[in-house]
Amino acid sequence: MTEATETPQGDDTYGALKDKVPQKPPRSQWLDIWDQFRKHKGAVMGGGFLLFITLAVLIGPYLWTLDPQKLDIRAKDMRPIYVGLWNGDAKIGWNHPFGTDNLGRDILAQMIAGGRASMAVGWAAMIVSLVIGTGIGVFAGYFKRLDGPLMRFTDLVLSLPILPLLLVAVTLFRQPLVSRFGPEGGMFILIVTIIGITSWMQTARIVRGEVLALKEREFILAARSIGTSSGSIIRRHLLPNVISPIMVSATLGLAAAIITESALSFLGVGFPSDFPTWGKLLADAVPRMERFPERVMLPGVAISLTVLSVNYLGDGLRDALDPRIRGR
Amino acid sequence: MLTYTIRRLVLAVPTLLFIALAIFLLLELAPGDPMANQPLTIPPEVRERMREALGVGQPWYIQYYKWLVQFFVVEPQVLFDRWFGTEFAEGKQRILSWQTRSPVMDIVYQRIPPTLWVVGVAYVVAIIIALPIGIYSAYRQYSTFDNAGTFVSMIGFSIPPFFTGPLLIVIFAVQLEWLPSVYDTVHVVNSWDSFVIQLKQMALPVMVLALQITAQLNRFMRASTLDNLNQDYVRTARAKGLKERAVVLSHVVRNSMIPVVTVIALNVPGIFGGAIITEVIFKVNGIGQLLITWLFANDLPGVMTLTFIFATLIVLFNIIADVLYGVLDPRIRYD
Repeated sequence: MTEATETPQGDDTYGALKDKVPQKPPRSQWLDIWDQFRKHKGAVMGGGFLLFITLAVLIGPYLWTLDPQKLDIRAKDMRPIYVGLWNGDAKIGWNHPFGTDNLGRDILAQMIAGGRASMAVGWAAMIVSLVIGTGIGVFAGYFKRLDGPLMRFTDLVLSLPILPLLLVAVTLFRQPLVSRFGPEGGMFILIVTIIGITSWMQTARIVRGEVLALKEREFILAARSIGTSSGSIIRRHLLPNVISPIMVSATLGLAAAIITESALSFLGVGFPSDFPTWGKLLADAVPRMERFPERVMLPGVAISLTVLSVNYLGDGLRDALDPRIRGR
Repeated sequence: MLTYTIRRLVLAVPTLLFIALAIFLLLELAPGDPMANQPLTIPPEVRERMREALGVGQPWYIQYYKWLVQFFVVEPQVLFDRWFGTEFAEGKQRILSWQTRSPVMDIVYQRIPPTLWVVGVAYVVAIIIALPIGIYSAYRQYSTFDNAGTFVSMIGFSIPPFFTGPLLIVIFAVQLEWLPSVYDTVHVVNSWDSFVIQLKQMALPVMVLALQITAQLNRFMRASTLDNLNQDYVRTARAKGLKERAVVLSHVVRNSMIPVVTVIALNVPGIFGGAIITEVIFKVNGIGQLLITWLFANDLPGVMTLTFIFATLIVLFNIIADVLYGVLDPRIRYD
């Protein structure tokens, strides 16, 4: 509530100072951001597609109840339904709209299950790397004593060859984890952890830079002068202010994690062979892609579109969250 | 500048030693026994002696020290001997691969030329394509050309190589039958015809790699040119009556190239690592494919040496990028 709306109407002395038109209702920052975000068509479409894929893999198994692992050798090597448009002899059927693979497993069910795994790994790895990156960035930026060692450590990790090390770590630690947590759980923990601890460096650098600048601002000084502890300053004042670079690097991290997981599956060091992920479906289909190109195309297009939409989403978020661009 | 370069090079030594230690300890933690594929009929004491012959029985710090000596002293000596016919490394222990029982570095030297051919050509092609497109996109911002270019580079950014690779094989090798899908590493170029064959077999892996790199470089070039186009010196150049061509090509482009050149330098080692997937798809017998083979064979000395070579490349090109930045931009002073 501002003073201007509270002044009594009858007072003529201050008439010239009064607003002739009623003030616009105040808008929240997030409303501004949403308006700017809506202007970026690619970002809106990307966000929509990401939402669609997420819902599809979450709800899909309840709508399409076929078991992705069920073998039906009589109905093997069926083509997707659209092949019937140009090839009348093709073996198609509405009971398997995307066809079946060489063991008769339904490809639509496998795509849904594979998408579930890929998205789960992507989100989990992204969150792990965000937590590590934000933590290290905030501590390095806020505590001067930690800055030197932590940033040297970040530089060191940045100069490690990531993909080779990922491969080394996955092949080397597969057995102990799998024997403790089961083939799927162990692999999930391993892949998420490894992608997470090898991709936090950019986030840490960006967050540190922001925190270094924010730390010198007056509101932090004010908070400190009334005796706020370091922990509450970080939680109440610093973290809300660095949320926008964190969100942008979250989208980039999600895209990178999905691609890395698929690459590992493609090279054959990912999940066990009967556990479908998009990368694994693609890799399994490559040897017979001349006869069944759709088995490469479907997971490949799914990965590419998801990553593309996440990248566009990140682009739009970056524009929307940057106050210098907003409102132009 | 020289002192800065020397300081960075000196600082790189402890960094590399630490990276080597980190990789070594990671491999040390790993389960897996190099003797696991030997017959069970071997008596335990013989097995123990075989393990010692491989250098596995000792504590890790002695193994680490021995690896350091072999990599930094013996291997350069071997290289020196080979070039100048001397005998410094005579009778000294080299790093041996557990899988092939031959020196690791000999295999690495064999594998470098195919990788350099494919990755190097892809990088050059990508630079030649990406820079002009990036400059023109920025110059005509939000035009149809710019929107199309941005979209294509976004796609190149998002489609992983393990999808573009099979896709291109299906189109160009299976349907059209223009290009071979497998890279023949032992192919010798000695005539025009064999050169054409070499070009053909390089085409597909180069396309896959170049698409990725072009997408990245194009985005950087566009952003950097956009930054420079709004600067005051551009207005001054136009105001004093320079032709638009001269303004863009000799003023804007030269200034926008500064960050792009460092990005190009920074990405060179990443290309070696990222080329693993492309090499596997097209069966290029390069370094990346070698790493995969050794990983699956549990060949720890080989994996250790190769990963360390990748790390050295990254550290080296980081220094090159920083120094280049200082050389190209006189406003940057490191002293």
